[in-house]
Amino acid sequence: MRFPAFRHAFSACAVVAALSVSLIPAIAAAQELKIAVAADITSMDPHFFNLFPNNNAAEHIFDKLVQMDADSKMIPGLATSWKVIDPTTWEFKLRKGVKFTDGSELTAEDVAFSIDRVPNVPNSPGPFSAYTKAIVSKQIVDPYTIRFKYAAPYPLAPNDLSTIYIVSKKVAANATTEDFNSGKAAIGSGRYKLAKYTSGDRVELVRNDTYWGDKSPWEKVTFKIIKNEPARVAALLSGDVDAIEQPPTADLSRIKGDPKFTVSSKISHRVIYFNFDHLDRSSPFITDKAGKPLAKNPLLDVRVRRAISKAINRQAIVDRVMEGQAIPSGQLVSEKLFGNVPGLKADAYDVEGAKKLLAEAGYPDGFNITIHGPAGRYVNDEKIVQAVAQMLSRVGITAKVETAPMAPYSARAAKQEFSLHMVGWGASTGEASSPLRSLLATFNREKGLGAVNWGRYSNVKVDYLIEQALQQVDDENRRTMLQNATKLAMEDLGIMPVHFQFTIWATKKNVTYTPRTDEYTLAFQFKPVGGAPKP
Amino acid sequence: MLVFIIRRSLQSIVVLLAMSVLVFVGVYAVGNPIDILISPQADQQDRERAIAALGLDKPLWAQYWSFLSGVAHGDLGRSFVHSTSALGLILERMPATMELALSAMVIAIVLGIPLGLWAGLRPNGIAGRSIMAGSILGFSLPTFWVGLMLIMVFSVMLGWLPSNGRGETTLLFGVIPVSFLTVDGLKHLVMPATNLALFNLALLIRLTRAGAHEALLQDYVKFARAKGLTNKRVIGVHVLRNILIPIVTVIGLQFGTLIGFAIVTESVFAWPGMGKLLIDSIGVLDRPVIVAYLLVIVTVFIVINLLVDVLYSVLDPRIRLSDVKG
Repeated sequence: MRFPAFRHAFSACAVVAALSVSLIPAIAAAQELKIAVAADITSMDPHFFNLFPNNNAAEHIFDKLVQMDADSKMIPGLATSWKVIDPTTWEFKLRKGVKFTDGSELTAEDVAFSIDRVPNVPNSPGPFSAYTKAIVSKQIVDPYTIRFKYAAPYPLAPNDLSTIYIVSKKVAANATTEDFNSGKAAIGSGRYKLAKYTSGDRVELVRNDTYWGDKSPWEKVTFKIIKNEPARVAALLSGDVDAIEQPPTADLSRIKGDPKFTVSSKISHRVIYFNFDHLDRSSPFITDKAGKPLAKNPLLDVRVRRAISKAINRQAIVDRVMEGQAIPSGQLVSEKLFGNVPGLKADAYDVEGAKKLLAEAGYPDGFNITIHGPAGRYVNDEKIVQAVAQMLSRVGITAKVETAPMAPYSARAAKQEFSLHMVGWGASTGEASSPLRSLLATFNREKGLGAVNWGRYSNVKVDYLIEQALQQVDDENRRTMLQNATKLAMEDLGIMPVHFQFTIWATKKNVTYTPRTDEYTLAFQFKPVGGAPKP
Repeated sequence: MLVFIIRRSLQSIVVLLAMSVLVFVGVYAVGNPIDILISPQADQQDRERAIAALGLDKPLWAQYWSFLSGVAHGDLGRSFVHSTSALGLILERMPATMELALSAMVIAIVLGIPLGLWAGLRPNGIAGRSIMAGSILGFSLPTFWVGLMLIMVFSVMLGWLPSNGRGETTLLFGVIPVSFLTVDGLKHLVMPATNLALFNLALLIRLTRAGAHEALLQDYVKFARAKGLTNKRVIGVHVLRNILIPIVTVIGLQFGTLIGFAIVTESVFAWPGMGKLLIDSIGVLDRPVIVAYLLVIVTVFIVINLLVDVLYSVLDPRIRLSDVKG
């Protein structure tokens, strides 16, 4: 009697085995997510190069003390809480029981080591040191508590630390950037483990099943680098990938019209704006109507700046050039971000008002100007500059357009070689302090202010408010100061915002994405629709 | 032969030096890569530090000198954005580009010479005329457009072939990763290789046709026929061998161009080759990689030309290598 029973059990096992053999590949395929990204990922070392695509990859492998949610609000990461001990000291409590993927436990030692490593990565073309250098000293209170000491009251400590990836001291102590690229040292505590990194081609990740938080629905994730826009769209249309970032706006109607795909978008932290030449000189690209240089720079007169702002039909740019994928802007950060001024709107489109202001300022017939812009850096950048030039011509300012790739363009802009030029700024710390200190504070090397103030705008009142805000630890007070600084600078048109661009993702119908303000394309924020996706 | 090769090598070094100076000065003139590399949030002092860390604060001649002394030790510099050896990066991507270019060349030769011969032998037949008409398309359609159309038709509409990337690779001779030995690899390779081959296919068709057309009227062909040789032998040996010299020259020259022009095909098909690396590097002014890439390409051209010259003497014993000037 026992023998046949055993035989039955055995055959049942065989059936189960056969089934599982046939099922495993199907399940594996179902839990794999392929995403085409738009820019090259240059390294797997999370401290080597503060570059958007590199950080985007690092977000999967490494954790930070403070993370950002989809609206760029700070949420607990490896730190469960943080508080000010005294105005110059911050204390961070670490999450207990967090394991690196090599099995070792995360402690305050790893945090201190990561912060020490940041400024010391050799040959870094863009270090993260801007976010760590304010830290004067570190104190490890116990394995789960760390304190950071600053030279002056420093409200931005959590914002700064929301950019620093925590690596394992044991693994990374003697590791080079190459060791991270090869995967040897790329050991983090994040949702994913690095399986393979091929520079210029792809990054393959596998799920970290010991992750401390919500697990990602995807067991395997591949980021394919496809910079060419039509090729990226084709990869989605042909089904080679499940999702793409930054589909060109011109293709959106085609993708939206196809029931097999979904488009999701969200207002980004990036503002597209124009810099005015604020230097007291004969501005390099402004002439009178006859083509002779003007001795005085007309842009020094706020009425002229206002006239230019009024001449621009921002809604038309949003509707026509951006195909609806932007929102007109009269300030530095969008609604959900810290320091946004509720109700502060851009100048309304008003041709007559603009002409009147120009006449009052002594330019009833306008003048000639060449506007500069980058090519291929921001969404539809060249087209925006062309649209602005045409709009200016309607109020009598005859505008020509010159665009160039970002590399030579930014080099010239930083040397004040332009009169009116377009740039974009992402408030990556999620605060208005980021654009205020870099774009509108007076250029000052010693204080580290106004580093990207390419127009050289300078207003002592704005400077005062910014410097106060940067030392104000109380959030509500700081918010008010940032709002006041923004109002002043916008009244004065230190720079001229045009719009906040949207970040766009396109996915197959059976996958959804929770779009993010910070523009990141995070695999774990893609969710299968209706349970397991079909392969 | 040996003297010829030595003289060629010496000339090549001069070419390479001149090339490196031009590129170095050119990229230097475009601007400072730190402006676009560094995070916008960095302040003035961070920028200066990053510039110094990459040695970009030194005068141009000093930067060039340290580059040259690196080259003397076999080091072409370190990529700014990858922090790995520039030459290493290029060599890592080279097999992919070589595979693509060689596949394209094979397609062009295998199809181009027979089709050209056919059109040359029967210039007035329907097939001959169609081949010639088709070759005009091959010449005139821009590569990126044809590439996108191929993707539209074969990937998006028919779903037969993957739209981008390189397939599964296996190691050839245990060192070179190649993808043409796996089914997945071949599927990925077919479209980009065809796309890259089109221009050369058209070129070879026209060249072979013109050569064949002309050779058929020559006395030696009439004589061979009068001797009673079979048509197969007349065409396959006498005609073909005599029209091969210009074809080999063009194949040689075009092979270099293929590697260079692979850039367009590589971007359209997201093929992880050297061309894509170059485009990415130019975008961020990664000078070590740009310089190293161009030096490698120039070297490839030089080697190909040398091989072509050697091939001449094999094909036509009347040609002596010492007579061929570089």
